[in-house]
Amino acid sequence: MDIASLLVQLLNGVQYGLLLFLIASGLTLIFGVMGIINLAHGSLFMLGAYSAFLVARATGSLWLAVPAGLAGGALFGLILERGLFRRFYTRDHLDQVLLTFALILLFEETRSLLVGNDFYSVPVPAILDFSIPITSGFAYSAYRFAVIALCLVLAATLFFWIERTKTGAIIRAAAEKPEMVDVLGIDSRRIHATVFAVGTSLAVIAGVLAAPLYSVYPGMGDGFLIISFVVVVIGGLGSVSGAFWAALVIGLVDTLGKAYVPKAAGLAIYVLMAAVLLWRPSGLFGQRA
Amino acid sequence: MTRGRFGGISRRRMLQGTAALAASTGVPTGWAIAQAKPLKVGLMLPYSGTFAKLGENITFAVETLLAEKGGKLGGREIQFVKLDDESKPENGPQNADRLVKRDQVDVLIGTVHSGVQMGIHKVVKESGTLTIIPNAGNNVVTRAECAKNVFRTSFTNWQPAHGMGLELGRRGIKKAAWVTWDYAAGQESGEGFKQGLEKHGGQLVQLLTLKFPETNFQPLLAQIPNLGVEVVGSFFAGGGAVQFVKEYAAAGIKVPLCGSGFLTEGTLGAQGDAANGIETALHYGDGLDNPKNLAFRKAFKDKAGRDADVYAVQGYDAAQLLAIGLEAVKGNMDDEAGLYKAMRAAKIDSPRGSISMAPSQNVTQNIYLRKVQGGENKVVGVAAENLADPGTGCTLA
Repeated sequence: MDIASLLVQLLNGVQYGLLLFLIASGLTLIFGVMGIINLAHGSLFMLGAYSAFLVARATGSLWLAVPAGLAGGALFGLILERGLFRRFYTRDHLDQVLLTFALILLFEETRSLLVGNDFYSVPVPAILDFSIPITSGFAYSAYRFAVIALCLVLAATLFFWIERTKTGAIIRAAAEKPEMVDVLGIDSRRIHATVFAVGTSLAVIAGVLAAPLYSVYPGMGDGFLIISFVVVVIGGLGSVSGAFWAALVIGLVDTLGKAYVPKAAGLAIYVLMAAVLLWRPSGLFGQRA
Repeated sequence: MTRGRFGGISRRRMLQGTAALAASTGVPTGWAIAQAKPLKVGLMLPYSGTFAKLGENITFAVETLLAEKGGKLGGREIQFVKLDDESKPENGPQNADRLVKRDQVDVLIGTVHSGVQMGIHKVVKESGTLTIIPNAGNNVVTRAECAKNVFRTSFTNWQPAHGMGLELGRRGIKKAAWVTWDYAAGQESGEGFKQGLEKHGGQLVQLLTLKFPETNFQPLLAQIPNLGVEVVGSFFAGGGAVQFVKEYAAAGIKVPLCGSGFLTEGTLGAQGDAANGIETALHYGDGLDNPKNLAFRKAFKDKAGRDADVYAVQGYDAAQLLAIGLEAVKGNMDDEAGLYKAMRAAKIDSPRGSISMAPSQNVTQNIYLRKVQGGENKVVGVAAENLADPGTGCTLA
């Protein structure tokens, strides 16, 4: 193991982790504030990736898909919350799980009807279609650097929003003591809608960014969903900063595992999760036991 | 209720149909009845999902051969029973069972997906139904699990990769790596590659795998510059192959990439310049200008409205093999010994060159060396002539 290749693998791990953060942050917020385990979150990621593919095919470029994914994702989240999820907050977890599972089937079938079940590759935007040499024998694509940068910008914006704004304070309060928010006379319905829209938007944009990196294929959200749950659990339910650090740790452990101990890589992140849960049952940054 | 009524009608219809048939043909007996009946050929193939186009091309190709033979094989009319297997392994046994028991097909042609093939194999090994595999390459069905009623006109996963390994070994390559998905096709082709290299003193020093169908290739690619290998071989197919080849190029790795032919088969449009110069080995390629290939490609295009590919060739040869068997026994499938004997001895004039059957009843064929040039897999040589799968563990002889 030499330093140069370790550097490349660290870069890979960070890039993967940041993408995981975009998915996991929405998942953890929605669970923290509304108490809903959204199994369809991975399908939203998949829908984002396929819409990136469709936009790229129609316009020849991925650019339009980024703002369209952010805005369209938020709008879609709003519609889902208003139309469906709102009615399920007071139901028990089984009903909620059935609802989100039904959405998975619905989204996958819609995708299958509209685009079919093929595996499609999505071209990298022309302007980023070059690589930057890192070592003598290995280069890193400019698009991957761009994804890292964009993820960091989104993460910083999200932190600022959660930690420094009034809405953010209410969201944090709602995640920790929902009754208090009601007692204070704050319209929790608006908070719910906002959180759901932001969470959905992040999952969709993660899909858009991931499309050129991983291609698009049926069920591509499943793997990401499971890993994102691991991130949420390690980070602590409802904690955005927990999700951030946990996503980076998982990204690095998974990537370095695949690179240096391939036999154990599949298991590594789950062992890590079990260890964290034994040590801190509410996760690294979790507040509630 | 509706179902019951529908069932009643169709049963009555069938009885009427049978009565009419009996009346029109007099009262024939024994194999005369069999002769009069059309031969039922079940096509169990993917007609939806990722592999739909492969299933369609195989079907068009089978129909192309039938049209060339005037609609009859060995004097028998052919009736197709098509069944979409959706490439779902979990439904494989049940679907094969439907064709064999309910539809009572005489011959089963199928399928594309290796997992579904295992389901078919289980059923037809028991029923003894003549089966011809037009694609699925899992070694085992013509090795330890081989059966006297199962033939294959496509390839084993071992074959193309072995050809590539032999070619590299002959060039004096000493160290190579193999990158693939961690599943049967990837491992079996890796094994073929390794054995090919070893025949000429080369060595497979590293096997890099990731879970199927994941596409996070980056952690694997970053290891390659440090492996000290002269060449990287690979097995991926379809969309995974597109992504892999593009990322390999984007990573600026100087070690040349080669592979089993599926790495660049049907994917060159999407791979673009990233695929230029990649060498692969397969039993078919662009620019094979033998007369049989030219005639087949024209006939196929007339029928299907698109160009033939390797899957079409495999389907066409499945039908050719069946034709040879049926002609030898004049359409009498009851002469099982005669049928299998003729099929085992078949010398087929395939669009890919002449092919035959190995004792394990897998196709023996040339593995061509191809190089990606100008958006085509140009045949530049023969990597292995008349390459037979070793058929390890098969006791048919």
